[in-house]
Amino acid sequence: MCDKSNCNHLSGPSDCAGCHRGGTTRVKSLCDYLGSPSDCAGGYLWGAQASVSLSDVLLGTSLGGRRSELSGRSILLRTDDPLAAALAMLELDGIARRLVICPPDVPAQHLPALMAKADVDAIVSDRDLRHVGPAGVTPCFRARCALSRCDAFAFDACATEWVLLTSGTTGAPKMLVHNLAALTGAIKWGQFEASDVVWGTFYDIRRYGGLQIFLRAIIGRRPLVLPHAGESPTDHLLRLGARGVTHLSGTPTHWRRALMNTALRAIAPRYIRLSGEVADQAILNALRSFFPKAIVGHAYASTEAGVGFEVNDGLEGFPSDLIGRKGDVEMKVQDGSLRIRSNRTASRWLGEEESPLVDPEGFVDSADMVEQRGNRCYFLGRRSGVINVGGLKVYPEEVEALINRHPSVLMSCVRSRRNPITGALVVADVVLRQHESCTNGKGKKLELEILKICRETLPRHKVPAALRFVADLAVAQTGKMGRSNA
Amino acid sequence: MSSIRTIILSEIQQLAEAEQKAMSALNDDLVLLDSGMDSLMLAILVARLEEKLGLDPFTDSADVFYPVTLGDFIKVYETAGET
Repeated sequence: MCDKSNCNHLSGPSDCAGCHRGGTTRVKSLCDYLGSPSDCAGGYLWGAQASVSLSDVLLGTSLGGRRSELSGRSILLRTDDPLAAALAMLELDGIARRLVICPPDVPAQHLPALMAKADVDAIVSDRDLRHVGPAGVTPCFRARCALSRCDAFAFDACATEWVLLTSGTTGAPKMLVHNLAALTGAIKWGQFEASDVVWGTFYDIRRYGGLQIFLRAIIGRRPLVLPHAGESPTDHLLRLGARGVTHLSGTPTHWRRALMNTALRAIAPRYIRLSGEVADQAILNALRSFFPKAIVGHAYASTEAGVGFEVNDGLEGFPSDLIGRKGDVEMKVQDGSLRIRSNRTASRWLGEEESPLVDPEGFVDSADMVEQRGNRCYFLGRRSGVINVGGLKVYPEEVEALINRHPSVLMSCVRSRRNPITGALVVADVVLRQHESCTNGKGKKLELEILKICRETLPRHKVPAALRFVADLAVAQTGKMGRSNA
Repeated sequence: MSSIRTIILSEIQQLAEAEQKAMSALNDDLVLLDSGMDSLMLAILVARLEEKLGLDPFTDSADVFYPVTLGDFIKVYETAGET
Protein backbone atom coordinates (compact mmCIF):
# COMPACT_ATOMS: atom_id res chain seq x y z
CA MET A 1 0.00 0.00 0.00
CA CYS A 2 1.29 3.43 -0.86
CA ASP A 3 0.58 6.67 0.86
CA LYS A 4 1.03 10.02 -0.73
CA SER A 5 -0.25 12.00 2.24
CA ASN A 6 3.12 13.61 2.87
CA CYS A 7 3.21 15.20 -0.53
CA ASN A 8 1.88 18.65 0.04
CA HIS A 9 4.83 20.62 -1.24
CA LEU A 10 6.89 20.75 -4.38
CA SER A 11 10.18 21.57 -2.78
CA GLY A 12 9.73 19.38 0.24
CA PRO A 13 12.11 17.24 2.24
CA SER A 14 13.79 14.30 0.61
CA ASP A 15 12.03 11.87 2.97
CA CYS A 16 9.03 12.43 0.75
CA ALA A 17 10.88 10.43 -1.87
CA GLY A 18 9.24 7.47 -3.49
CA CYS A 19 5.94 8.15 -1.84
CA HIS A 20 4.12 7.51 -5.09
CA ARG A 21 4.50 3.86 -4.25
CA GLY A 22 5.36 1.91 -1.14
CA GLY A 23 5.14 -1.57 0.38
CA THR A 24 7.43 -4.55 0.11
CA THR A 25 5.97 -6.62 -2.75
CA ARG A 26 5.07 -3.77 -5.00
CA VAL A 27 5.50 -3.61 -8.73
CA LYS A 28 8.33 -1.34 -9.87
CA SER A 29 6.78 1.56 -11.69
CA LEU A 30 8.28 4.19 -13.93
CA CYS A 31 8.50 6.79 -11.17
CA ASP A 32 10.42 4.35 -8.97
CA TYR A 33 13.33 4.61 -11.41
CA LEU A 34 13.75 8.24 -10.39
CA GLY A 35 14.72 7.26 -6.84
CA SER A 36 14.50 10.15 -4.41
CA PRO A 37 14.22 13.83 -5.38
CA SER A 38 17.92 14.26 -4.68
CA ASP A 39 18.78 11.20 -6.85
CA CYS A 40 17.18 12.75 -9.92
CA ALA A 41 18.06 16.36 -9.16
CA GLY A 42 19.94 16.72 -12.47
CA GLY A 43 17.01 15.57 -14.57
CA TYR A 44 14.52 17.73 -16.47
CA LEU A 45 11.87 17.40 -19.10
CA TRP A 46 12.43 20.41 -21.31
CA GLY A 47 9.40 21.12 -23.48
CA ALA A 48 9.02 23.79 -26.14
CA GLN A 49 6.95 26.00 -23.90
CA ALA A 50 7.42 24.70 -20.35
CA SER A 51 9.86 22.59 -18.38
CA VAL A 52 9.66 20.41 -15.31
CA SER A 53 12.36 19.00 -13.06
CA LEU A 54 12.28 15.28 -12.37
CA SER A 55 12.60 15.96 -8.62
CA ASP A 56 9.33 17.87 -8.74
CA VAL A 57 7.68 14.99 -10.62
CA LEU A 58 8.14 12.90 -7.49
CA LEU A 59 6.49 15.52 -5.36
CA GLY A 60 3.61 16.80 -7.42
CA THR A 61 0.80 16.04 -9.82
CA SER A 62 0.08 17.17 -13.37
CA LEU A 63 -3.46 15.75 -13.19
CA GLY A 64 -4.87 18.06 -10.58
CA GLY A 65 -4.39 15.47 -7.86
CA ARG A 66 -7.17 13.31 -9.30
CA ARG A 67 -5.22 10.11 -9.51
CA SER A 68 -7.46 8.29 -7.04
CA GLU A 69 -10.22 8.64 -9.62
CA LEU A 70 -7.94 7.17 -12.29
CA SER A 71 -6.81 4.17 -10.27
CA GLY A 72 -7.52 0.85 -11.99
CA ARG A 73 -8.91 2.45 -15.13
CA SER A 74 -8.17 1.86 -18.81
CA ILE A 75 -7.02 5.31 -19.89
CA LEU A 76 -6.66 6.89 -23.32
CA LEU A 77 -3.74 9.32 -23.10
CA ARG A 78 -3.96 11.82 -25.91
CA THR A 79 -2.40 15.23 -25.56
CA ASP A 80 -1.18 17.85 -27.99
CA ASP A 81 1.82 18.68 -25.85
CA PRO A 82 4.33 15.85 -25.37
CA LEU A 83 5.37 17.28 -21.98
CA ALA A 84 1.82 16.78 -20.69
CA ALA A 85 1.94 13.20 -22.00
CA ALA A 86 5.34 12.56 -20.39
CA LEU A 87 4.14 13.79 -17.00
CA ALA A 88 0.95 11.74 -17.25
CA MET A 89 2.90 8.57 -18.15
CA LEU A 90 5.11 9.07 -15.10
CA GLU A 91 2.13 9.65 -12.87
CA LEU A 92 -0.17 6.92 -14.19
CA ASP A 93 2.19 3.96 -14.55
CA GLY A 94 1.40 1.70 -11.62
CA ILE A 95 -1.96 3.38 -11.09
CA ALA A 96 -3.81 2.81 -14.37
CA ARG A 97 -4.82 -0.70 -15.35
CA ARG A 98 -4.10 0.16 -18.96
CA LEU A 99 -2.55 3.18 -20.63
CA VAL A 100 -3.35 3.65 -24.32
CA ILE A 101 -0.63 5.97 -25.62
CA CYS A 102 -2.14 7.85 -28.54
CA PRO A 103 0.14 9.96 -30.78
CA PRO A 104 -1.36 13.37 -31.55
CA ASP A 105 -1.64 12.73 -35.29
CA VAL A 106 -4.04 9.78 -35.04
CA PRO A 107 -7.25 11.02 -36.73
CA ALA A 108 -10.17 11.56 -34.35
CA GLN A 109 -12.36 9.30 -36.50
CA HIS A 110 -10.41 6.26 -35.24
CA LEU A 111 -10.81 7.06 -31.55
CA PRO A 112 -14.24 5.47 -30.94
CA ALA A 113 -13.10 2.08 -32.28
CA LEU A 114 -9.78 2.25 -30.40
CA MET A 115 -11.54 3.15 -27.16
CA ALA A 116 -14.07 0.34 -27.57
CA LYS A 117 -11.36 -2.26 -28.25
CA ALA A 118 -9.28 -1.10 -25.30
CA ASP A 119 -12.26 -0.82 -22.90
CA VAL A 120 -11.28 2.79 -22.25
CA ASP A 121 -13.20 4.25 -19.34
CA ALA A 122 -11.27 7.50 -18.86
CA ILE A 123 -9.43 10.00 -21.06
CA VAL A 124 -6.42 12.07 -20.02
CA SER A 125 -5.91 15.00 -22.36
CA ASP A 126 -5.02 18.67 -22.60
CA ARG A 127 -8.21 19.11 -24.62
CA ASP A 128 -11.85 18.40 -23.88
CA LEU A 129 -12.41 14.98 -25.41
CA ARG A 130 -15.45 13.90 -23.39
CA HIS A 131 -17.47 13.27 -26.51
CA VAL A 132 -15.03 11.34 -28.72
CA GLY A 133 -15.87 7.94 -27.23
CA PRO A 134 -18.06 5.26 -28.81
CA ALA A 135 -21.01 5.84 -26.49
CA GLY A 136 -21.96 9.00 -24.66
CA VAL A 137 -19.62 10.87 -22.38
CA THR A 138 -16.29 9.48 -21.16
CA PRO A 139 -14.75 11.04 -18.05
CA CYS A 140 -11.99 13.36 -19.27
CA PHE A 141 -9.16 14.40 -16.97
CA ARG A 142 -7.06 17.48 -17.63
CA ALA A 143 -3.36 16.84 -18.35
CA ARG A 144 -1.12 19.83 -17.67
CA CYS A 145 2.46 20.80 -18.46
CA ALA A 146 2.98 22.01 -14.91
CA LEU A 147 2.90 20.34 -11.53
CA SER A 148 0.86 21.27 -8.52
CA ARG A 149 0.86 20.03 -4.97
CA CYS A 150 -0.63 16.58 -4.75
CA ASP A 151 -3.34 15.25 -2.50
CA ALA A 152 -3.10 12.36 -0.11
CA PHE A 153 -3.58 9.12 -1.99
CA ALA A 154 -3.08 5.51 -0.98
CA PHE A 155 -3.15 2.74 -3.57
CA ASP A 156 -1.87 -0.68 -4.54
CA ALA A 157 0.60 -0.32 -7.40
CA CYS A 158 -0.31 -2.52 -10.38
CA ALA A 159 1.54 -3.64 -13.50
CA THR A 160 0.08 -1.19 -15.98
CA GLU A 161 -0.45 -2.40 -19.54
CA TRP A 162 1.18 0.01 -21.99
CA VAL A 163 -0.72 -0.01 -25.27
CA LEU A 164 1.11 1.41 -28.27
CA LEU A 165 -0.38 2.16 -31.66
CA THR A 166 0.94 0.99 -34.99
CA SER A 167 -0.38 1.59 -38.51
CA GLY A 168 -2.96 -0.85 -39.80
CA THR A 169 -3.75 -2.02 -43.34
CA THR A 170 -6.98 -0.07 -43.57
CA GLY A 171 -5.46 3.09 -42.16
CA ALA A 172 -6.97 2.40 -38.71
CA PRO A 173 -4.23 1.98 -36.11
CA LYS A 174 -3.71 -1.39 -34.45
CA MET A 175 -2.89 -1.70 -30.78
CA LEU A 176 -0.06 -3.65 -29.19
CA VAL A 177 0.16 -4.48 -25.52
CA HIS A 178 3.53 -3.98 -23.82
CA ASN A 179 4.59 -3.78 -20.23
CA LEU A 180 7.22 -1.56 -18.66
CA ALA A 181 9.71 -4.41 -18.25
CA ALA A 182 9.56 -5.19 -22.00
CA LEU A 183 9.78 -1.54 -22.98
CA THR A 184 12.85 -0.99 -20.81
CA GLY A 185 14.46 -4.39 -21.57
CA ALA A 186 17.13 -2.91 -23.85
CA ILE A 187 18.16 -0.20 -21.41
CA LYS A 188 21.16 -1.21 -19.36
CA TRP A 189 21.62 0.43 -15.98
CA GLY A 190 24.88 2.35 -15.89
CA GLN A 191 24.90 3.02 -19.61
CA PHE A 192 23.53 6.53 -19.73
CA GLU A 193 23.82 7.98 -16.24
CA ALA A 194 26.94 10.04 -16.89
CA SER A 195 26.38 13.38 -15.23
CA ASP A 196 26.57 15.33 -18.48
CA VAL A 197 24.23 13.25 -20.66
CA VAL A 198 21.42 15.29 -22.22
CA TRP A 199 18.93 13.35 -24.33
CA GLY A 200 17.14 14.61 -27.40
CA THR A 201 14.92 13.01 -30.00
CA PHE A 202 13.33 13.98 -33.29
CA TYR A 203 10.61 11.36 -32.67
CA ASP A 204 7.39 11.98 -30.86
CA ILE A 205 7.69 10.19 -27.51
CA ARG A 206 4.27 8.60 -28.07
CA ARG A 207 5.84 6.41 -30.79
CA TYR A 208 8.05 3.45 -29.96
CA GLY A 209 11.30 5.11 -31.08
CA GLY A 210 10.66 8.26 -29.07
CA LEU A 211 9.35 6.35 -26.07
CA GLN A 212 12.66 4.48 -25.92
CA ILE A 213 14.50 7.79 -25.55
CA PHE A 214 12.04 9.07 -22.95
CA LEU A 215 12.54 5.88 -20.92
CA ARG A 216 16.34 6.15 -21.23
CA ALA A 217 16.19 9.68 -19.86
CA ILE A 218 13.96 8.65 -16.94
CA ILE A 219 15.94 5.54 -16.04
CA GLY A 220 19.21 7.44 -16.33
CA ARG A 221 17.63 10.38 -14.42
CA ARG A 222 18.99 12.71 -17.06
CA PRO A 223 17.43 15.65 -18.93
CA LEU A 224 15.44 15.21 -22.12
CA VAL A 225 14.70 17.90 -24.69
CA LEU A 226 11.20 17.08 -25.92
CA PRO A 227 10.29 17.84 -29.53
CA HIS A 228 7.05 19.63 -30.30
CA ALA A 229 4.93 19.19 -33.40
CA GLY A 230 4.28 22.92 -33.70
CA GLU A 231 7.95 23.86 -33.65
CA SER A 232 10.06 24.44 -36.78
CA PRO A 233 13.03 22.08 -37.31
CA THR A 234 15.34 25.10 -36.96
CA ASP A 235 13.85 26.13 -33.62
CA HIS A 236 14.04 22.54 -32.41
CA LEU A 237 17.74 22.29 -33.33
CA LEU A 238 18.49 25.64 -31.68
CA ARG A 239 16.73 24.49 -28.54
CA LEU A 240 18.68 21.20 -28.59
CA GLY A 241 21.85 23.24 -28.95
CA ALA A 242 20.97 25.64 -26.15
CA ARG A 243 20.36 22.68 -23.83
CA GLY A 244 23.65 21.05 -24.82
CA VAL A 245 22.22 17.80 -26.19
CA THR A 246 24.75 14.94 -26.10
CA HIS A 247 22.63 11.95 -27.19
CA LEU A 248 20.24 12.48 -30.10
CA SER A 249 17.95 10.06 -31.89
CA GLY A 250 15.85 10.07 -35.06
CA THR A 251 15.06 8.29 -38.30
CA PRO A 252 17.47 8.51 -41.25
CA THR A 253 14.95 10.94 -42.78
CA HIS A 254 15.05 13.15 -39.69
CA TRP A 255 18.83 13.19 -39.94
CA ARG A 256 18.95 13.89 -43.68
CA ARG A 257 16.69 16.83 -43.09
CA ALA A 258 18.82 18.00 -40.17
CA LEU A 259 21.95 17.84 -42.33
CA MET A 260 20.35 20.32 -44.70
CA ASN A 261 19.66 22.76 -41.89
CA THR A 262 22.20 25.44 -41.05
CA ALA A 263 21.09 25.22 -37.40
CA LEU A 264 22.65 21.75 -37.16
CA ARG A 265 25.89 23.55 -36.32
CA ALA A 266 24.22 24.56 -33.05
CA ILE A 267 24.56 21.03 -31.68
CA ALA A 268 27.52 18.77 -30.98
CA PRO A 269 26.14 15.39 -29.85
CA ARG A 270 28.56 12.63 -29.00
CA TYR A 271 26.05 9.84 -29.60
CA ILE A 272 23.86 9.80 -32.70
CA ARG A 273 21.24 7.13 -33.08
CA LEU A 274 19.21 6.22 -36.16
CA SER A 275 16.25 3.85 -36.15
CA GLY A 276 12.79 3.32 -37.61
CA GLU A 277 14.00 3.00 -41.19
CA VAL A 278 16.90 1.38 -42.97
CA ALA A 279 20.03 3.45 -42.38
CA ASP A 280 22.00 3.45 -45.61
CA GLN A 281 25.73 3.96 -45.91
CA ALA A 282 25.33 7.48 -47.31
CA ILE A 283 23.57 8.86 -44.24
CA LEU A 284 25.95 7.07 -41.87
CA ASN A 285 28.94 8.53 -43.74
CA ALA A 286 27.43 12.00 -43.91
CA LEU A 287 26.82 12.05 -40.15
CA ARG A 288 30.28 10.72 -39.42
CA SER A 289 31.73 13.44 -41.59
CA PHE A 290 29.63 16.20 -39.98
CA PHE A 291 30.19 14.96 -36.42
CA PRO A 292 33.63 13.32 -36.57
CA LYS A 293 33.85 12.84 -32.80
CA ALA A 294 30.42 11.27 -32.38
CA ILE A 295 29.48 7.61 -32.24
CA VAL A 296 26.98 7.07 -35.06
CA GLY A 297 24.85 4.02 -34.34
CA HIS A 298 21.76 2.55 -35.88
CA ALA A 299 19.25 0.45 -33.98
CA TYR A 300 16.79 -2.12 -35.21
CA ALA A 301 13.53 -1.89 -33.34
CA SER A 302 9.82 -2.10 -34.01
CA THR A 303 6.72 -1.65 -31.89
CA GLU A 304 5.99 -5.36 -32.32
CA ALA A 305 9.43 -6.86 -31.80
CA GLY A 306 10.92 -4.30 -29.43
CA VAL A 307 14.57 -3.30 -29.62
CA GLY A 308 16.44 -6.00 -31.51
CA PHE A 309 20.00 -4.77 -31.71
CA GLU A 310 22.22 -1.74 -32.09
CA VAL A 311 25.05 -1.44 -34.59
CA ASN A 312 27.84 1.02 -33.82
CA ASP A 313 30.52 0.12 -36.39
CA GLY A 314 29.46 2.84 -38.83
CA LEU A 315 28.41 0.36 -41.51
CA GLU A 316 24.95 -0.29 -42.93
CA GLY A 317 23.31 -3.65 -42.25
CA PHE A 318 24.37 -5.79 -39.31
CA PRO A 319 26.90 -8.57 -38.61
CA SER A 320 25.45 -11.91 -39.70
CA ASP A 321 26.72 -13.62 -36.55
CA LEU A 322 23.90 -11.88 -34.64
CA ILE A 323 21.63 -14.44 -36.31
CA GLY A 324 21.34 -17.57 -34.19
CA ARG A 325 23.27 -16.11 -31.27
CA LYS A 326 21.96 -16.97 -27.79
CA GLY A 327 21.25 -14.14 -25.40
CA ASP A 328 18.62 -11.61 -24.40
CA VAL A 329 17.58 -11.32 -28.01
CA GLU A 330 17.56 -14.28 -30.37
CA MET A 331 17.13 -13.83 -34.09
CA LYS A 332 16.52 -16.12 -37.01
CA VAL A 333 15.76 -15.65 -40.68
CA GLN A 334 12.87 -17.71 -41.97
CA ASP A 335 11.42 -17.41 -45.47
CA GLY A 336 13.66 -14.39 -45.91
CA SER A 337 12.28 -12.33 -43.04
CA LEU A 338 13.87 -11.48 -39.71
CA ARG A 339 12.28 -13.15 -36.65
CA ILE A 340 13.01 -12.01 -33.12
CA ARG A 341 12.48 -13.67 -29.75
CA SER A 342 13.15 -11.67 -26.60
CA ASN A 343 11.53 -10.39 -23.46
CA ARG A 344 11.33 -6.98 -25.15
CA THR A 345 8.62 -7.90 -27.65
CA ALA A 346 5.01 -6.83 -27.27
CA SER A 347 2.77 -9.31 -25.42
CA ARG A 348 -0.12 -9.44 -27.87
CA TRP A 349 -2.39 -7.52 -30.20
CA LEU A 350 -5.30 -5.84 -28.48
CA GLY A 351 -8.70 -6.49 -29.99
CA GLU A 352 -7.26 -8.13 -33.10
CA GLU A 353 -8.60 -11.48 -34.13
CA GLU A 354 -5.94 -12.09 -36.71
CA SER A 355 -2.78 -14.16 -36.46
CA PRO A 356 -1.02 -14.25 -33.08
CA LEU A 357 1.92 -11.94 -32.55
CA VAL A 358 4.45 -14.73 -31.96
CA ASP A 359 4.98 -18.13 -33.58
CA PRO A 360 4.84 -21.33 -31.47
CA GLU A 361 8.52 -20.89 -30.58
CA GLY A 362 7.94 -17.35 -29.36
CA PHE A 363 9.45 -15.49 -32.34
CA VAL A 364 7.88 -12.31 -33.69
CA ASP A 365 7.94 -12.14 -37.48
CA SER A 366 9.21 -8.61 -38.22
CA ALA A 367 8.17 -8.89 -41.92
CA ASP A 368 11.45 -7.11 -42.69
CA MET A 369 13.22 -8.99 -45.46
CA VAL A 370 16.96 -9.50 -45.04
CA GLU A 371 19.70 -10.90 -47.24
CA GLN A 372 23.10 -12.13 -46.16
CA ARG A 373 26.08 -11.02 -48.24
CA GLY A 374 29.39 -12.26 -46.86
CA ASN A 375 29.42 -11.76 -43.11
CA ARG A 376 26.86 -8.96 -43.21
CA CYS A 377 23.06 -8.93 -43.39
CA TYR A 378 21.21 -6.19 -45.26
CA PHE A 379 17.58 -5.12 -45.18
CA LEU A 380 15.69 -5.42 -48.47
CA GLY A 381 12.35 -3.85 -47.47
CA ARG A 382 9.01 -4.98 -46.13
CA ARG A 383 7.56 -8.35 -47.18
CA SER A 384 4.08 -6.99 -47.57
CA GLY A 385 5.34 -4.21 -49.75
CA VAL A 386 4.60 -1.60 -47.11
CA ILE A 387 6.36 1.55 -48.22
CA ASN A 388 8.19 3.60 -45.64
CA VAL A 389 8.19 7.28 -46.66
CA GLY A 390 10.35 9.09 -44.16
CA GLY A 391 9.19 6.86 -41.30
CA LEU A 392 5.51 6.93 -42.31
CA LYS A 393 3.99 3.68 -43.52
CA VAL A 394 2.03 3.48 -46.76
CA TYR A 395 0.07 0.38 -47.64
CA PRO A 396 0.01 0.09 -51.44
CA GLU A 397 -3.46 -1.42 -51.41
CA GLU A 398 -4.93 1.69 -49.81
CA VAL A 399 -3.58 3.95 -52.58
CA GLU A 400 -4.47 1.48 -55.32
CA ALA A 401 -8.07 1.35 -54.11
CA LEU A 402 -8.34 5.11 -54.58
CA ILE A 403 -6.67 5.18 -57.99
CA ASN A 404 -8.98 2.41 -59.13
CA ARG A 405 -11.98 4.62 -58.36
CA HIS A 406 -11.31 6.62 -61.52
CA PRO A 407 -13.73 5.31 -64.17
CA SER A 408 -10.99 4.96 -66.80
CA VAL A 409 -8.72 2.83 -64.58
CA LEU A 410 -8.75 -0.96 -64.87
CA MET A 411 -6.14 -1.68 -62.21
CA SER A 412 -3.07 -0.21 -60.62
CA CYS A 413 0.05 -1.21 -58.78
CA VAL A 414 1.55 1.10 -56.20
CA ARG A 415 5.23 0.58 -55.58
CA SER A 416 8.08 1.97 -53.59
CA ARG A 417 10.79 3.90 -55.32
CA ARG A 418 14.06 4.35 -53.51
CA ASN A 419 14.74 7.94 -52.59
CA PRO A 420 17.81 9.47 -51.00
CA ILE A 421 15.85 12.03 -48.98
CA THR A 422 12.89 10.11 -47.54
CA GLY A 423 14.20 6.56 -48.06
CA ALA A 424 11.30 5.82 -50.39
CA LEU A 425 8.55 7.48 -52.35
CA VAL A 426 5.23 6.16 -53.58
CA VAL A 427 4.90 5.64 -57.35
CA ALA A 428 2.05 4.06 -59.29
CA ASP A 429 1.71 1.99 -62.46
CA VAL A 430 -1.77 2.32 -63.90
CA VAL A 431 -3.55 0.14 -66.47
CA LEU A 432 -6.44 1.89 -68.21
CA ARG A 433 -9.57 0.18 -69.49
CA GLN A 434 -8.55 1.39 -72.92
CA HIS A 435 -4.83 1.95 -73.12
CA GLU A 436 -5.33 4.24 -76.10
CA SER A 437 -7.10 6.75 -73.87
CA CYS A 438 -3.75 7.97 -72.58
CA THR A 439 -2.35 8.69 -76.04
CA ASN A 440 -2.61 11.87 -78.08
CA GLY A 441 -1.88 14.08 -75.12
CA LYS A 442 -4.83 12.79 -73.08
CA GLY A 443 -2.55 11.10 -70.59
CA LYS A 444 -1.65 14.28 -68.73
CA LYS A 445 -5.31 15.14 -68.13
CA LEU A 446 -6.01 11.63 -66.81
CA GLU A 447 -2.95 11.76 -64.58
CA LEU A 448 -4.09 15.03 -63.04
CA GLU A 449 -7.60 13.65 -62.47
CA ILE A 450 -6.28 10.54 -60.72
CA LEU A 451 -3.86 12.50 -58.57
CA LYS A 452 -6.66 14.89 -57.64
CA ILE A 453 -8.67 11.97 -56.26
CA CYS A 454 -5.62 10.91 -54.24
CA ARG A 455 -4.85 14.41 -52.94
CA GLU A 456 -8.43 14.93 -51.80
CA THR A 457 -8.40 11.79 -49.66
CA LEU A 458 -4.85 10.86 -48.70
CA PRO A 459 -2.16 12.51 -46.60
CA ARG A 460 0.58 13.95 -48.80
CA HIS A 461 3.12 11.19 -48.22
CA LYS A 462 0.68 8.63 -49.67
CA VAL A 463 -0.02 10.52 -52.90
CA PRO A 464 2.04 9.00 -55.75
CA ALA A 465 5.02 11.16 -56.63
CA ALA A 466 4.97 9.71 -60.14
CA LEU A 467 2.28 7.98 -62.13
CA ARG A 468 2.96 5.88 -65.19
CA PHE A 469 0.47 4.39 -67.64
CA VAL A 470 1.37 0.82 -68.58
CA ALA A 471 -0.27 -1.74 -70.87
CA ASP A 472 -0.29 -4.54 -68.26
CA LEU A 473 0.92 -5.50 -64.79
CA ALA A 474 3.01 -8.46 -63.73
CA VAL A 475 1.08 -11.12 -61.84
CA ALA A 476 2.91 -13.57 -59.59
CA GLN A 477 2.28 -17.33 -59.56
CA THR A 478 0.11 -16.97 -56.50
CA GLY A 479 -2.25 -14.89 -58.60
CA LYS A 480 -1.27 -11.81 -56.61
CA MET A 481 0.19 -8.72 -58.11
CA GLY A 482 3.96 -8.78 -58.44
CA ARG A 483 5.27 -6.23 -56.00
CA SER A 484 8.97 -6.22 -56.71
CA ASN A 485 10.01 -2.75 -55.68
CA ALA A 486 12.16 -0.47 -57.74
CA MET B 1 19.37 22.17 -74.47
CA SER B 2 18.47 23.77 -71.15
CA SER B 3 21.12 24.02 -68.51
CA ILE B 4 20.94 21.93 -65.36
CA ARG B 5 20.25 25.11 -63.42
CA THR B 6 17.28 26.05 -65.61
CA ILE B 7 15.78 22.58 -65.37
CA ILE B 8 16.12 22.51 -61.57
CA LEU B 9 14.51 25.93 -61.16
CA SER B 10 11.68 25.00 -63.51
CA GLU B 11 11.02 21.72 -61.66
CA ILE B 12 10.90 23.52 -58.32
CA GLN B 13 8.36 25.98 -59.68
CA GLN B 14 6.19 23.21 -61.14
CA LEU B 15 6.34 21.30 -57.88
CA ALA B 16 5.39 24.35 -55.84
CA GLU B 17 2.39 24.92 -58.12
CA ALA B 18 1.25 21.29 -57.84
CA GLU B 19 1.58 21.38 -54.06
CA GLN B 20 0.11 24.89 -53.91
CA LYS B 21 3.04 26.09 -51.86
CA ALA B 22 4.23 29.65 -51.74
CA MET B 23 7.95 29.68 -52.43
CA SER B 24 10.58 32.23 -51.57
CA ALA B 25 12.50 33.89 -54.43
CA LEU B 26 14.82 31.28 -55.92
CA ASN B 27 18.39 32.49 -55.57
CA ASP B 28 21.61 30.68 -54.73
CA ASP B 29 21.67 31.82 -51.10
CA LEU B 30 18.17 30.55 -50.38
CA VAL B 31 18.31 27.98 -47.57
CA LEU B 32 16.35 25.02 -48.95
CA LEU B 33 14.47 24.27 -45.77
CA ASP B 34 13.43 27.93 -45.49
CA SER B 35 12.25 27.98 -49.10
CA GLY B 36 8.83 26.49 -48.38
CA MET B 37 9.95 23.02 -49.47
CA ASP B 38 9.69 20.27 -46.88
CA SER B 39 11.54 16.96 -47.10
CA LEU B 40 8.72 15.30 -49.04
CA MET B 41 8.82 18.00 -51.73
CA LEU B 42 12.58 17.73 -51.84
CA ALA B 43 12.32 13.96 -52.23
CA ILE B 44 9.91 14.37 -55.15
CA LEU B 45 12.20 16.99 -56.72
CA VAL B 46 15.18 14.64 -56.55
CA ALA B 47 13.08 11.85 -58.13
CA ARG B 48 11.92 14.14 -60.98
CA LEU B 49 15.44 15.38 -61.61
CA GLU B 50 16.63 11.80 -61.89
CA GLU B 51 14.09 11.30 -64.67
CA LYS B 52 14.91 14.57 -66.44
CA LEU B 53 18.67 14.62 -66.04
CA GLY B 54 19.49 10.96 -65.50
CA LEU B 55 21.38 12.03 -62.37
CA ASP B 56 20.88 11.06 -58.75
CA PRO B 57 23.97 12.45 -57.06
CA PHE B 58 22.64 11.60 -53.59
CA THR B 59 22.43 7.89 -54.28
CA ASP B 60 25.26 7.41 -56.75
CA SER B 61 27.92 8.22 -54.19
CA ALA B 62 28.20 7.00 -50.62
CA ASP B 63 30.10 10.18 -49.79
CA VAL B 64 27.34 12.65 -50.44
CA PHE B 65 26.87 15.80 -48.52
CA TYR B 66 23.43 17.20 -47.94
CA PRO B 67 23.08 20.67 -49.46
CA VAL B 68 21.95 23.57 -47.31
CA THR B 69 21.31 26.27 -49.91
CA LEU B 70 19.77 26.18 -53.37
CA GLY B 71 23.20 27.11 -54.76
CA ASP B 72 24.73 24.03 -53.06
CA PHE B 73 21.93 21.87 -54.43
CA ILE B 74 22.43 23.04 -58.03
CA LYS B 75 26.19 22.61 -57.70
CA VAL B 76 25.79 18.97 -56.62
CA TYR B 77 23.93 18.28 -59.87
CA GLU B 78 26.30 20.34 -62.02
CA THR B 79 29.29 18.47 -60.57
CA ALA B 80 27.58 15.10 -61.08
CA GLY B 81 26.77 16.11 -64.66
CA GLU B 82 30.43 16.80 -65.41
CA THR B 83 31.65 13.35 -64.38
